[in-house]
Amino acid sequence: MSDPYILFQNVSKSFGPLTVIKDLDLAIDKGEFVSLLGPSGSGKTTILMMLAGFENPTSGAVIVGGQHVEKLPPHKRNMGVVFQSYALFPHMTVAENVAFPLNMRGVAKPDSAARVQRALDMVQLGAYKERKPSQLSGGQQQRVALARALVFEPAVVLMDEPLGALDKQLREQMQLDIRDLHKRLGLTIVFVTHDQSEALTMSDRIAVFNHGKIEQIGKPSDIYDHPKTRFVAEFIGETNLVEGTITKVGKDRTTITLKQGGKLVVDTRPGLEAGAAATISIRPERIHFDRTAERENDFPGTVLDRVYHGDHIRVVLETRDQRFIVKTDRRMAVLDEGDKASASFTANACWVVG
Amino acid sequence: MRGGTPLRRHLAAALMLMPLVVFLGLFFVWPIITMLSEAVSDPVVVKTLPATTEAARAWDRQTPGAGALGQALVDDIRATTDDQAMGDVVRRLNSAKSGFRTLMMKTLSAARGSTGPLDLTTVDERWKDNGYWEAIAAAAQSRYTDRNLLAALDYARNPQGSIEALPPAASNNADIFKRTFVISGLVTLMCIALGYPFAMLAASVTGWKRQLLLGAVLLPLWTSLLVRTAAWFILLQDRGMINSTLLGLGIISEPLPLLFNRLGVVIAMTHVLLPFMVLPIFSVLIGIPGNLMPAAQSLGASKLRAFWHVLLPLSLRGVASGALLVFMSAIGYYITPALIGGPRDQMISSIIAFYATGTANWGMAGALGIILLAATLALYAVYHRLTSDRALRV
Amino acid sequence: MKLTKSLIFASALAALTLGSMAAQARDLTVVSWGGNYQDAQREIYFKPFSEKLGKPVLDESWDGGVGTLQAKVKAGAPNWDAVQVETEELALGCADGIYEKIDWAKLGGKEKFIDSAVSDCGVGAIVWSTAIAFDGDKLKEGPQSWADFWDVKKFPGKRGLRKGPKYNLEFALQADGVPAADVYKVLATPEGVDRAFKKLDELKPNIVWWEAGAQPLQLISSGEVAMSSAYNGRISGINRTEKKNFKVVWPGSIYAVDSWVILKGAENAAAAMDFIAFASQADNQSKLPAKIAYGLPNKEAAAMVPAEFQAELPTTPANMTGSIALDGNFWIDNSEALTQRFNAWLGQ
Repeated sequence: MSDPYILFQNVSKSFGPLTVIKDLDLAIDKGEFVSLLGPSGSGKTTILMMLAGFENPTSGAVIVGGQHVEKLPPHKRNMGVVFQSYALFPHMTVAENVAFPLNMRGVAKPDSAARVQRALDMVQLGAYKERKPSQLSGGQQQRVALARALVFEPAVVLMDEPLGALDKQLREQMQLDIRDLHKRLGLTIVFVTHDQSEALTMSDRIAVFNHGKIEQIGKPSDIYDHPKTRFVAEFIGETNLVEGTITKVGKDRTTITLKQGGKLVVDTRPGLEAGAAATISIRPERIHFDRTAERENDFPGTVLDRVYHGDHIRVVLETRDQRFIVKTDRRMAVLDEGDKASASFTANACWVVG
Repeated sequence: MRGGTPLRRHLAAALMLMPLVVFLGLFFVWPIITMLSEAVSDPVVVKTLPATTEAARAWDRQTPGAGALGQALVDDIRATTDDQAMGDVVRRLNSAKSGFRTLMMKTLSAARGSTGPLDLTTVDERWKDNGYWEAIAAAAQSRYTDRNLLAALDYARNPQGSIEALPPAASNNADIFKRTFVISGLVTLMCIALGYPFAMLAASVTGWKRQLLLGAVLLPLWTSLLVRTAAWFILLQDRGMINSTLLGLGIISEPLPLLFNRLGVVIAMTHVLLPFMVLPIFSVLIGIPGNLMPAAQSLGASKLRAFWHVLLPLSLRGVASGALLVFMSAIGYYITPALIGGPRDQMISSIIAFYATGTANWGMAGALGIILLAATLALYAVYHRLTSDRALRV
Repeated sequence: MKLTKSLIFASALAALTLGSMAAQARDLTVVSWGGNYQDAQREIYFKPFSEKLGKPVLDESWDGGVGTLQAKVKAGAPNWDAVQVETEELALGCADGIYEKIDWAKLGGKEKFIDSAVSDCGVGAIVWSTAIAFDGDKLKEGPQSWADFWDVKKFPGKRGLRKGPKYNLEFALQADGVPAADVYKVLATPEGVDRAFKKLDELKPNIVWWEAGAQPLQLISSGEVAMSSAYNGRISGINRTEKKNFKVVWPGSIYAVDSWVILKGAENAAAAMDFIAFASQADNQSKLPAKIAYGLPNKEAAAMVPAEFQAELPTTPANMTGSIALDGNFWIDNSEALTQRFNAWLGQ
């Protein structure tokens, strides 16, 4: 394995008395799509700004392609940045916008024109060259911004919540488009977002930020299925958190006793010790109402609420020990408020987050 | 009945617009029309001296005027009771030929103090000079005249009726017009040079710092123009603060001539007009999205090139409207040049004021005003062409 | 419809307010030259007359220009009644018919006044002079004549002159050797005018032009100019109030009469006439020189002036020698043409 392409080593950043990033280490490989995910104020945008050169780290090293870049001004970093509100130059046409980075680099006219055409074709806007940005829709403007950030073949593409201003349908289309471009061109992309589903669908890896620190970094499935902390479990997707005490650690199964006396069986993992407190995350879609022998856990209760979502039904079930949120399929549409039902799930569906 | 019938709604809308329409008509359209008509209309002689007018139109201009027109003039004077109308005639004739005032004063009392035929050459020798009669004949030609407009541009009709240029010693309005535009242009350039960086600074800071900077620009607007000009007079004079400081520091050994010259005028006018440049630029600058400069830099532009290619073109609209405001205000200035400038820095407004209040020659004042208006409109057309350029249409 | 109603109401209200403003009767309004001269007039004329009348007397100041008065009269119902004007404005306005005729009977007859103070349309109010002034503390050996004024070798420094052809052409001719008595005779010829302008050319680089009467004092005080033409009343005034030692050179000075006139169609024309009569009474007028050094057109009043003030007045026989009276007729005929030429000359 080669050295990582982008490396943050022990980076801290303060604005006056306010520390935004603390002792951060982050490594990103060439060709990787990494999302920085976190609530606002968690420091993810500051990381991006340090990478782009608009902020300098207070301490620590930022290395890109083997070079220290802490003091390098933005225009010498060769990074394409896509901003949330597009940041297109309103006085230039689409073609002039896309040609801007090439002009700044002294690319000859004919060559430049060909590259602009290619970049615009790539985002399906080849026919809009002479328009002004104000004559385009939001999605089109964002595609122009994308073309402009890619046309000079930057080493890294940085995206700061680029899809935040678009409506849901357009956003999903753009997510696919960007992922497709990433694969086709082998781009290294650092993508800042606070939308967990966006991060899950697009990234090779996700770094979850909280209070200036990385809570967890890993593949989307890792982050979703095996959250390391309660914060990650709650921030990524919806989940049921159950609190209890470990009472018996067996070879395959570990038993956790809940406060009201109910028992929960989970897969045994290293680190689980009898007598310790534990928080368990159970994703709503892994809970079922049809009882079978394989599902080790079973909590009978009453339906409190039932909401029809089309592709699934969301049921809130009140049991003696715990209130469970259950995402079930439409076959369970017969359930109604006040009905008796039982939440059942396998030991495998439970994940101890701490 | 919500909102009333369309007719009623139209009526309400029209009523709301009425004050604006009345205002525009009263304070904008009407004065311009009056000025125009004052400049070209010349009815006083035709109206007040009907018999003389008739006689003058038949006169061959070779025979002595006193014989051909004299009695008609006496009759007209005796028939007129309106002193003010006669006053207008006298003023009109005197501005064509000096001497008419005293000549007519004598003639009026002689004509009114007698009856029957009166030989005017016995009243005053000057009536033997056909020059006076020619002036009357010229004024009797028509109710309209181009003499004011011609004079405003340093031209006049000779006795034969053809247009010829006046010698520069007699009239140099063209020079003064040129100077007015040059000074205004200089002031506009100075305002851009000082105002643009200032507006950028004010737009880049926030909170009390911005309030302070904008306050510093606006504060002079709350002081009267005269006071500000007088303040500059005190600062700029030979023993004023600037010169005594420089002398005291040993930087200069002779006081710098800052007063009674072009430099002083430009300095003082720039100070007075700076707010009109700063405010439009400022308001355009704060409207430019904050992420365009970072975007340009991330795309490979240094700060300077990002400014040149992005911020400057986007803020040109503010510069253009600021320049227009400053220039248009500057061409109307006359207190500042009068107090701080030398004789060669006087602007056209002081000439207009001289005709309007000094000699009550409204025709000439109106003609100069029209030339100024026309020149300004022409400049505005050029400005409009330049600013509707693609680069400014966002 | 509420909107329309309130609009109608608002316009009605506005019309009412305007109407009531116009309908209110205006008090007698007297207009003079402002500054310490008008302060003095307020003390000795305006206030006592107001008490006598039992009504307020408003006073305003103006900067001259017959066009201003013309505009007021032509607009109808002028808002000024009695106005103090210069020689030229008197003659011009009188010829143009914008003044009421003076009722000399109310004033006790024309023979009570000096000749240049008497006309159909106006009564002389003061006699004042334009003369060379300099700071006696700075120049021990001061200039004696206009020739000295022109001599920048003998008396280095700049010169202040009032912007405009009036006075300056007369001064230039005297500097060029024309005797005081012949100045207007020479100036009446085109050659004379050329000669005056040529003489002004010599001094042009050294001239600082002033426009308001207070300016020459400031210019002399600050040392901006070594000497200047100035109004004699202002010089005595600054000597009294600021303990200056400014000198007036009487030979070659030009004196002129300012007159009271009544604007044609003025609402308070009768009261204005009474006011002028009041201000022309010998015992009232004789109080003026104690406050400001202007000569008096009422012969009796002039005789009543205390000796200590006599030396400062243009009308004192010693000061009259070698001075000339401003020729109003020359200037009303030629002012426009010569001002145009002067402006052109100035801008060259």
